[in-house]
Amino acid sequence: MGAAAKLRRRFEEGEAGLGSYYDRLLPELERIQRDLNCFTSITIGLAHQTIERLEKKAASGQPGGKLFGVPVVVKDNICVSGHPTTCSSRILQNFTPPYDATVITKLLAEDAVIVAKSNMDEFGMGSSNENSAQGAVRNPRDPARAPGGSSGGSAAAVATGVVPIALGSDTGGSIRQPSAFCGVVGLKPTYGTVSRYGLVAFASSLDQIGPLAADADTARLVFDIISGHDPKDTTSIPQESYPSRTDLKEFKGLRIGIPREYFENDIQPEIAAAIADLKERLADSGCRIIEVSLPNARHAIATYYTIADAEASSNLARFDGVKFGHRTAGASNLAEMYTTTRSEGFGAEVKRRIMLGTYVLSSGYYDAYYRKAQQVRRLISQDFERAFQQTDLLLSPSTPTTAFKLGEKVDDPLAMYLSDIFTVSVNLAGIPAISVPYGRDGEGLPIGVQFIGPRFSEYQLLEVASQVEQLNDA
Amino acid sequence: MREWEPVIGLEVHAQLLTDSKIFCGCSTRFGQSPNSSTCPVCLGMPGSLPVLNQRAVDFAMRMIIATGGEVATESVFARKNYFYPDLPKGYQISQYDRPIGVGGSITFILDGQQNSVQLNRIHLEEDAGKSLHPEGSGDDYSRVDLNRCGTPLIEIVSEPDIRSAEEAFAYLHALKQLVEYLGICDGNMEQGSLRCDANVSVRPKGQKEFGTKTEVKNMNSIRGVQRAIAFEIDRQIAILESGGEIQQQTLLYNDSDGKCYPMRSKEESHDYRYFPDPDLVTLEVAPDWIAGVKAALPELPLKRRARFVEQYHIPEYDAEVLSTSRTLADYFEATVRVTNNPKAASNWIMTEVLARIKDQPSDNISAFAITPDRLGSLIKMTLSNQITGPIAKEVFEAMLTDPAAPEDIVAARGLAPITDTSELERIIDKIIEESPDEVKRFKGGHKKLMGFFVGSAMKATEGKADPKLATELFNRKLAE
Repeated sequence: MGAAAKLRRRFEEGEAGLGSYYDRLLPELERIQRDLNCFTSITIGLAHQTIERLEKKAASGQPGGKLFGVPVVVKDNICVSGHPTTCSSRILQNFTPPYDATVITKLLAEDAVIVAKSNMDEFGMGSSNENSAQGAVRNPRDPARAPGGSSGGSAAAVATGVVPIALGSDTGGSIRQPSAFCGVVGLKPTYGTVSRYGLVAFASSLDQIGPLAADADTARLVFDIISGHDPKDTTSIPQESYPSRTDLKEFKGLRIGIPREYFENDIQPEIAAAIADLKERLADSGCRIIEVSLPNARHAIATYYTIADAEASSNLARFDGVKFGHRTAGASNLAEMYTTTRSEGFGAEVKRRIMLGTYVLSSGYYDAYYRKAQQVRRLISQDFERAFQQTDLLLSPSTPTTAFKLGEKVDDPLAMYLSDIFTVSVNLAGIPAISVPYGRDGEGLPIGVQFIGPRFSEYQLLEVASQVEQLNDA
Repeated sequence: MREWEPVIGLEVHAQLLTDSKIFCGCSTRFGQSPNSSTCPVCLGMPGSLPVLNQRAVDFAMRMIIATGGEVATESVFARKNYFYPDLPKGYQISQYDRPIGVGGSITFILDGQQNSVQLNRIHLEEDAGKSLHPEGSGDDYSRVDLNRCGTPLIEIVSEPDIRSAEEAFAYLHALKQLVEYLGICDGNMEQGSLRCDANVSVRPKGQKEFGTKTEVKNMNSIRGVQRAIAFEIDRQIAILESGGEIQQQTLLYNDSDGKCYPMRSKEESHDYRYFPDPDLVTLEVAPDWIAGVKAALPELPLKRRARFVEQYHIPEYDAEVLSTSRTLADYFEATVRVTNNPKAASNWIMTEVLARIKDQPSDNISAFAITPDRLGSLIKMTLSNQITGPIAKEVFEAMLTDPAAPEDIVAARGLAPITDTSELERIIDKIIEESPDEVKRFKGGHKKLMGFFVGSAMKATEGKADPKLATELFNRKLAE
């Protein structure tokens, strides 16, 4: 049983009272906020409102939902009705959506208590959570280090143990990389299994909401709740396409592929060692380890930044000062209002990506960049399809290094982009992957390992993650 | 002097008559208070996502099939990126390299000749909102109304097949008629539910290559399109004949002086950066959906017009007028069904009914006070001599405001003809007695004076005399 289910049972069996639990929790949230800057806002009002409703529900003898009373942190690019959604951007400092994201509706229906919106890299663009108008988030394992990004606030909050669940979004590794840096479980679902309605788009064809959780069981519980077809999102997959969760392969005999090309990169020795160790122990447990090839993996970063930035340049056009969000004070005409508003409102990394994205879509360059990237994207996808003909899952590090120091890569965007080298291809292929902690480096920092599966293999991935947790504890 | 040949292509936007917008559930009703018909999706709020309205697809398919084009079984929505305050997302969702409709043509009759203009494509897209710029009194702001934003449009792009302003007029007229027949657009250019931009160039007659084209916008009637094109053709010819060169540019038509003026070049230098919209999946249209739309298509204007001539034996001109709109054609046929006399029905509608419709603020015959059933009853009464012609006009007039059946109006107002010959004879005797001069002249050969006598009888009976009977009696009595 995972941390969230345990907590729910304590409420259900009367071991803990909702009121007293939250009286203690709220100061804790404020404390970690002071220490880590992991939130953009603590949604006390919403939490109190929910608790009141849950108390009434309990008093009337109605059964509680699957997350009855469980505190949840939500990345600040997911809309919660009536509460600011800033995407950690200055341009959205005063934006309050009048609607809930579908995932929020689903969580509230299961009686979850949303306690905070989490700090992130602005609009999801970054791998260290330093690109935030709210300032950087600190890694609870070592406050001098980055928590990873872009779901850095979500990962940090779960890593403190104060909350068992946070929602994140993953466009190129934004759930898995911070999960690895902070030592929590992070699941990036198959594209289309979780509704994107209410998720502020960074790159629509890559974005996917998923859980960051204290353990694999809790991640499974959250995935169960938030997945499913949503008529408001036409890219969400029809219900009948979802395979049954009980149809899982036995751990013993599972074929686990090791992508050769991934290990041609620079990998921190302790991480390489952790993978080697895990391979051995998986083999000991009866899994078959098979080397596979993903020949187009080396094109993943370039392909990813072309496609993601192209989509971002268009998705972020709506932040123009006309309807919502920041508008510059002193513009004398429309063109000036646009440029000054956007110059003031967006941070440096967001501007860089809007410019890149605008460039690759512009007339005369489209074929050389955007179209080419779409072609390579298909090749990358086919690499995975081929690999899954002979394997059930793939194993790789989640990141080439453990958590780096704050400020270490801020001035080197390319080095920063390379921290997503193991994660971006998964988004390009639209397949699921999970990062689960396995071992620590010489400085005691957590190491994350990543399992990648074919479409709809979430439950298989979660099952293997549970096994790895046991091996890690053993 | 050289002879010049104009080359014209038209891009027509037609607002579809769906109840809700193309990507959200907001109403498309015209005339709502500003920004009331909006939601997070059409306001472009962050996190909102478009969901395609299937009815809009259905409507687009009607037009594609009716023009003989090919419905693409797979088509793709693309983003057209540009900044403007009435475009909330910073891009318009449109279709680019994979439109839903390919090819087809629009057929029309010009100067008695059947003519046809090929279509390049028909695609689906969303409309933008409206920017309002208050003028004068030191207003230094603009207003934006997003009610129209997200209204479904089809864009119908012709090939550069049109060779004159008159032909452009006939093409547009036929297109408007077609969308009305199909029930997919109200065709109102004044209100902007049908909009037309023209690409115009000229070349020496016989030359294959196109000349440099200009784009003419801002016409708000079919006549305006014709005038704008005629102006632009003349302007280009004048430039070329004086040895000048045509500049590729966008021009705005000014309806008040009938001239075209260049748009500021800054406003037209766009790179729209089209790319497939990742928020929408490929639009797949199953063959049985296409077949269903095809089967449900109404009879199209030209076919109906020909059938009217053939089936009802009415003149070509009558058939053309009566098939102008589907509602009028329906009205005519419903009236024929009651009267069983197409010629009489046609005459009544062509004269009396259409004169009244023109006076009404909306040209909509379905709202006309006299339904085909009532008009049919009236016509039947005249055909069976239950009322006289002049009385019929009077009853028609009364029916405009009186919902009663024509029979009841005739009864209530005592408008039945005088059928009693002796009563009519008394009146005729009196007229003859009081008009000795006319009688003398008539007998002297001025037979045209019969009109005077019958007219006097009608006057004396307030139109209730049967003119035929009156003529007969006068003839008999004056011959005595």
